[in-house]
Amino acid sequence: MSDFRALKDKVAVVGVGNTRYGNFPETDDYGLGADAFRDAVADCGIDKNEIDGLLVCRIPYYARMGEILGISPRWTIPLPPHGRMASMGIIEAVAALEAGLCKYVALIYANIGRSRRVNYGGEESPNIWDPWGYTSPGAAHAMMFQRHMALYGTTTEQLAEVSVAFRHNAGLNPDAVMRKPITIEDHENARPIVLPLRLLDYCLINDGAVCMILTTKERAKDLKKPPVMISGLGGREAFAHASLSNFERDFFYPQLQEIAAETYGMAGVGPSDIDAFMCYDNFSPTVLFSLEGLGFCGRGESGSFVEGGTLKVGGKLPTNTDGGHLSNSYMQGWALNVEAVRQLRGECGERQVPDCEVVQFIAATPCSRSIIYTRG
Amino acid sequence: MTAYDKPLPKIDTLTRPFWELAKDEKLAVQLCNDCGDRHFPASPVCPKCLSKDQGWEVVSGRGTLFSWVTFHRAYWNGFAKDLPYDVCLIELDEGPFFVSNLVDAGGEAAVGARVEVVFEPITDEITLPKFKLAT
Repeated sequence: MSDFRALKDKVAVVGVGNTRYGNFPETDDYGLGADAFRDAVADCGIDKNEIDGLLVCRIPYYARMGEILGISPRWTIPLPPHGRMASMGIIEAVAALEAGLCKYVALIYANIGRSRRVNYGGEESPNIWDPWGYTSPGAAHAMMFQRHMALYGTTTEQLAEVSVAFRHNAGLNPDAVMRKPITIEDHENARPIVLPLRLLDYCLINDGAVCMILTTKERAKDLKKPPVMISGLGGREAFAHASLSNFERDFFYPQLQEIAAETYGMAGVGPSDIDAFMCYDNFSPTVLFSLEGLGFCGRGESGSFVEGGTLKVGGKLPTNTDGGHLSNSYMQGWALNVEAVRQLRGECGERQVPDCEVVQFIAATPCSRSIIYTRG
Repeated sequence: MTAYDKPLPKIDTLTRPFWELAKDEKLAVQLCNDCGDRHFPASPVCPKCLSKDQGWEVVSGRGTLFSWVTFHRAYWNGFAKDLPYDVCLIELDEGPFFVSNLVDAGGEAAVGARVEVVFEPITDEITLPKFKLAT
């Protein structure tokens, strides 16, 4: 097993920012990205010209983004518009900072999927299985959840607990896109999309942008806000069934088990130490798979684990306290990492988890990654 | 007869043998002539040993239902009239996974069910392998 322990607490998040979330046809990726960048720069109090590292995700052209922001960094990475890229990008920035390739990295993500009517399936994403009508990442999650139900007796009512809890949390977040409370019955009666999944199992599609600014521990001391440390990280790919898009035959369990050992080992904590959990939730089943893979509950037991409001703010494991992709905003993992930082700073108002000291992010995807954040 | 309006497979050097065999109602997977690995979809090199010496092997057409889903949304207009339709994931007895449609399941589909291939000609050139519950 690889060992990232040398990177423990070496890099801090020192600035976070985001736009409003919604439908903004009057602007574009660059306009939204610039707004999030301005917000993050103001949050950390840095002179933007100090930023010498730029990582962009879902931004059409990195150089145009730099031109707009008036920066010409010495380290740049563009990442494709996949949700799994958020924690991949953050870990790359950690490595670059620790290696001395740059001093301050701005990571910018923007999405205009709502105003441009992106479908995430069909002709937009040609695939060899199209002749049989198999398309969209949601279908892969439906395929996995159907099997999870058959193997472990998990029910759609249990799955509903995920969507209901995140909507509850979004109700405590004034910036969330969807705040009207929902019930398990609402989930069961929602429009079927790819059964066994229904509308309320699917993430939102909305416009918006997020920015994070990272630097080394030493440099972080001189900035405006208390630093949030990156204390643990781990990752593992699952490419064996990549043509099925977002599918892993074993619910990403083998990869997540390795990531758990790696990430918890590095941070020196375990699942019982996690005060708030930020779980990539493009579709609700991935939350169940993440809980099992990381060891929050036993194999096949995630359905009963989430019953009774476990994932709500105030529940046993407050998860996606901002409402996640299902109810806050579809910022493909980026907003959840920002939420982790804000929880550790105590900036979350009504949805604040008391005495929040350790927050974990996980994305269970063909490129699974986890990050543990702690107070600096 | 109206024109076929669903997505058609992209036929190239790599995939042509599969579709030619399908037209003869034979289901095939790619076979590595060096290490014997069987895989699908077709790959320009063997994913196990990277050999370029590969061919196609006709398989039994039998497998088990790994999982399945029911589409209630048409991502292409051509599928709108078929809604809802079932898509299945088959673990072939020879190993590879294969995505297809489950036909005439009549609500009897269950993970682990035995299935077998059937063939449905859709154009003069293309015959789609589909699956039904094994008898």
